[in-house]
Amino acid sequence: MSSLLTVSVNGIAVEVASGATVAVAAVLAGQACRTSVSGQPRGPVCGMGICFECRVTIDGKPHCRSCQILCQPGMEVRTDG
Amino acid sequence: MGSESRQRFDVLVIGGGPAGLAAAARAAECAVRVAIVDDNFSLGGQIWRRATEGPSPQAVRWTERLRAAGTTELCGLRVFDQPQPGVLLAEGADDIHELRYQKLIVATGARERFLPFPGWALPNVMGAGGLQAMVKSGLPIDRKRVVVAGTGPLLLAVAAYLREHGAEVLMICEQASRSSLARFGVALLRQPSKMVQGLRLRKALAGVPFATNSWPVNAQGGQVLESVTISREGKSETIACDYLACGFHLVPNTELASLLGCRIESGCVRVDDFQRTTLPEVFCAGEPTGIGGMELALVEGQIAGLAAAERAAEAGALFGERKKLRAFAQALDRAFRLRAELRQLASAATIVCRCEDVPYSRLSQYASWRAAKLQTRCGMGPCQGRICGPATQFLFEWNPDSVRPPIFPVRVESLAVTAGAAEPVHQEVTGGQG
Repeated sequence: MSSLLTVSVNGIAVEVASGATVAVAAVLAGQACRTSVSGQPRGPVCGMGICFECRVTIDGKPHCRSCQILCQPGMEVRTDG
Repeated sequence: MGSESRQRFDVLVIGGGPAGLAAAARAAECAVRVAIVDDNFSLGGQIWRRATEGPSPQAVRWTERLRAAGTTELCGLRVFDQPQPGVLLAEGADDIHELRYQKLIVATGARERFLPFPGWALPNVMGAGGLQAMVKSGLPIDRKRVVVAGTGPLLLAVAAYLREHGAEVLMICEQASRSSLARFGVALLRQPSKMVQGLRLRKALAGVPFATNSWPVNAQGGQVLESVTISREGKSETIACDYLACGFHLVPNTELASLLGCRIESGCVRVDDFQRTTLPEVFCAGEPTGIGGMELALVEGQIAGLAAAERAAEAGALFGERKKLRAFAQALDRAFRLRAELRQLASAATIVCRCEDVPYSRLSQYASWRAAKLQTRCGMGPCQGRICGPATQFLFEWNPDSVRPPIFPVRVESLAVTAGAAEPVHQEVTGGQG
């Protein structure tokens, strides 16, 4: 369970434990997951797929709830979508 | 994209937490065709969230029973509509599932209640269960400074968990009064298993300041949280920290039950002795019927599973155990009731609806949730009011609206399936994403 893998968050390479969610990678990269309608940075809140604050773009697919998706090697995550 | 599958079951269970697992296992052991559906990538629910660690022994035991009995497991599927009675639609990563049932068991669990205060929307201010879920999902917490705040027994469990994983838990702030907790302690004496849990927590938290009559009043930081100011027994104190884990107890997830047409009373799904809702083919178990914890969820789940499989006598044998555990749930309710001062935490500029950035000052002028929704878009973003709904219910005593499908934002293709399965097309749904 302790093996590591690398994903990219806004071009920053982040190493996470295998089994980690994309939300974890975003927090470790120091990147807010989204910008709110009035321009505020937002990050994960509920951790269980309900609040939608952690949504990001994964491999070009927008509005993914990053706390519900596991990191895969080489995943490209963008948080500015 | 957009492929469809159709499956039919005697008993369909929605939710893979303790209530759902127990319901599915007991029903499947009665030789009926059972499926269990969960939105997460594995069964266990929030309390038994597996992710990067091993699962709990109880979770393993129930999962093994469920598998031995041949239950169909459908993970990563989110139910969003019932186009006609006896048929649910669920969305997967790239496909749509039509699930037909004779009997349905709703075991959709609970979520945390969040209350707005200045700075609560900063990154790294999370739910108490929220931060725990993130750590279970691989977030390193070793040597991070954490303040745990809000109300309810979850705070202690979370603080102990975080500490075991290396966090420096600086303080636990509980809004309830010391006398209210003392009365709760007396109620605990009648529940030996809960007492053991309590003592274990106390040991795990030795040396961590536990403040009663205390709550967060402001979170400070630029791009992320840097410190939190708390009101502690009437005095203000600022603590530098990396994370604020803050939740005000739990609220039942009643959206699916409500969509189906089950009667909801005081925020909970109404059930009879057999966990049957006001719809004869629909049962409900666990937190949606009232916040009561994992042991109660397991018993209610078993009763629902047996009743759905028409084993009334076996279900009835568990009524006594349920009664005892419900007494504990009532004690919980009394001990952690929210104090009125918490209604004053939000300032005029504090955002209440995080999806649409609607501030307190815009909401306070309306008389109802419905009026506020129509005029401000509060509750119309992707969370569909799951976060701001319970908050405004407490702040303004607004009653929640009726639920309309889809109960979660879905892809356009999924809506097309809804339209094909029955009328009407629900257009407004995905509103506010982005």
